[in-house]
Amino acid sequence: MKIHEYQAKEILRKKNVPVPAGSAAFTVDEAVSTAKSLGGNLWVVKAQIHAGGRGKGGGVKIGKSLDEVQALAEQILGMNLVTHQTGPEGKEVNRLLIEEGVDISRELYAGIVLDRSKEQFVFMVSTEGGVEIEQVAEETPEKIVKVWIEPRFGLTTFQARQLAFALGLEGEQFKNGVKMFAALWKAFDAHDCSLAEINPLVVTADGQVMALDAKMNFDDNGLNRQQMVAEMRDISEELPSETEAASYQLNYIKLDGNVGCMVNGAGLAMATMDIIKLVGGEPANFLDVGGVANSETVSRGFKLILTDPNVKSILINIFGGIVRCDRVAQGVVDALSTMEVAVPVVIRLEGTNAREAAKLLDNSPLDFIVATSLKDGAEKAVEASGA
Amino acid sequence: MSILIDSKTRLVVQGITGKEGSFHTEQMINYGTNIVAGVTPGKGGISHLDVPVFNTVAEAASQTNANASVIFVPPPFGPDAILEAVDAGLDLVVCITEGIPAADMVKVKSFVIDSGSSLIGPNCPGIISPGKAKIGIMPGLIHREGSVGVISRSGTLTYEAVHQLTELGIGQSTCIGIGGDPIIGSTFIDLLSQFDDDEETKGVVLIGEIGGSAEEEVAEWVQASGFNKPVVAFIAGQTAPPGRRMGHAGAIIAGGKGTASDKMAALEQAGIAVVASPSDIGITMKQQLEEKS
Repeated sequence: MKIHEYQAKEILRKKNVPVPAGSAAFTVDEAVSTAKSLGGNLWVVKAQIHAGGRGKGGGVKIGKSLDEVQALAEQILGMNLVTHQTGPEGKEVNRLLIEEGVDISRELYAGIVLDRSKEQFVFMVSTEGGVEIEQVAEETPEKIVKVWIEPRFGLTTFQARQLAFALGLEGEQFKNGVKMFAALWKAFDAHDCSLAEINPLVVTADGQVMALDAKMNFDDNGLNRQQMVAEMRDISEELPSETEAASYQLNYIKLDGNVGCMVNGAGLAMATMDIIKLVGGEPANFLDVGGVANSETVSRGFKLILTDPNVKSILINIFGGIVRCDRVAQGVVDALSTMEVAVPVVIRLEGTNAREAAKLLDNSPLDFIVATSLKDGAEKAVEASGA
Repeated sequence: MSILIDSKTRLVVQGITGKEGSFHTEQMINYGTNIVAGVTPGKGGISHLDVPVFNTVAEAASQTNANASVIFVPPPFGPDAILEAVDAGLDLVVCITEGIPAADMVKVKSFVIDSGSSLIGPNCPGIISPGKAKIGIMPGLIHREGSVGVISRSGTLTYEAVHQLTELGIGQSTCIGIGGDPIIGSTFIDLLSQFDDDEETKGVVLIGEIGGSAEEEVAEWVQASGFNKPVVAFIAGQTAPPGRRMGHAGAIIAGGKGTASDKMAALEQAGIAVVASPSDIGITMKQQLEEKS
């Protein structure tokens, strides 16, 4: 799960990671009153969307008076912000973060992520702050310094010192850096984070080491025990169809093609998308209906797929294991007889009781296309889409 | 032959009295798996599906000589169940449970590695050595005894591959679903090296997917170790968008890494027969076996 920058900073602040003073604003009035209560004479107005590259897209601006803050808030709130991560369609800005200005002397990078290959979390720092870390990794990998976190001990003090030395921090900055890294790891560890990125991590003119930006992603499997984090979910950042799918425990991801698909199991669902593409079509979605493919899940699946007006045909690909194919077939027949599906439906059922299922489908008065193999199903669905 | 499990495996089911545990215990018994004990804390002393139930895995192991366990408990109890089975000294622990946080698995895995037990999963369908034993939730019927090993990060996609093999008359020695999570117990490489030592296994089907670098590591290992049984690989997620989690917790292209095309290229470079289409897995293995003989 993703959260906004201002929410990440709330979490970090609670865990003693230094962040600039500031808070969220949902209206222009709130933006101005927040700036007023922060005091000072320089404020940053930051668009809050779940995507990076906001500065370059015009979503981060500096205001030197309350009037300027007001003008910037008016300009950014409601704007359609396009960044390299939003895609060309952009995202509407509904929330702002108003922060005090910070006197920056150095821009650095700090991040924590799971290293799947080493099976440990890795804490990374770099002197190359403010640029994308993927780019640094590609061009100058020697500028990224990493320490791996042994799960029994967490980030140790000597490791935090290694990181601070690697960044060339000295004196008061060094002490602040070591403290900051220890606190950042604690914040990460306490909330089932899957990724934390502080880019830039800044050294201020007065020697503080501070998270000027903050991105935190969370392990969906940990959300049940992270109530505070779970409540930070912003469903306006998600597609309504995907949010609805999740509420039924279905995994639906909308794609750009026109061949809808409904599959049991995530791996088979991906493979079904892949074969649709291989035979000349474009998959419209990923949809895993899980182990229980009954008439209820099947009709929910149809409804989800049909929320996408691009869909021109639907392929149902179910490998019946413990769930018998004839039951799935009955579910499909029941679902189709109670709802209108205006596009051609291709059904491929394989596995336990596949023959009985085929008979059941053959005897049904409903109009659908029966396929005999995975490839056959993909070809028929692509053909039916008119591609 | 087979790897990991055979007709001598003595299985304990953790969570045997739950809904999932009960259902699959019955299925496994019907397949012929030798289930010697169940564990549900607080229900020790009863008999469930004619299987004696114990309060702890240690007790079950000492009373019945169990050497393997399968875990059907809800995710919050999964890590503890794995630790309990490992602590009881079982050789093999298969965790079916989906939804265990990665941070927990990081800790659990480091304990498992030091223990000498093998862990399969979590978030996996389990293991089957056709005709001998089934430890998991896969449909037994689609399998057939034979000489091809299958290792997969997926569930139903594995069944699809097995079905293709069986339809072509190619049986399987052992099929293992290693799990769709970012941190899992035994890896592709751990199991490939066991298949290497298993004389009866003549070839291996490997089913990977987007996310992580396990497939790239296989490619390196195959070249370094000189593994020379035919391997047919399919990578799911060639059409998956970056940054989205495709159902499995581990199936995500992050920061441009973990794409299907990178994995396919690495495996091809290692001399592995990579198929772009999931419907070509069986037929390609057939061709590979014929070429080899």
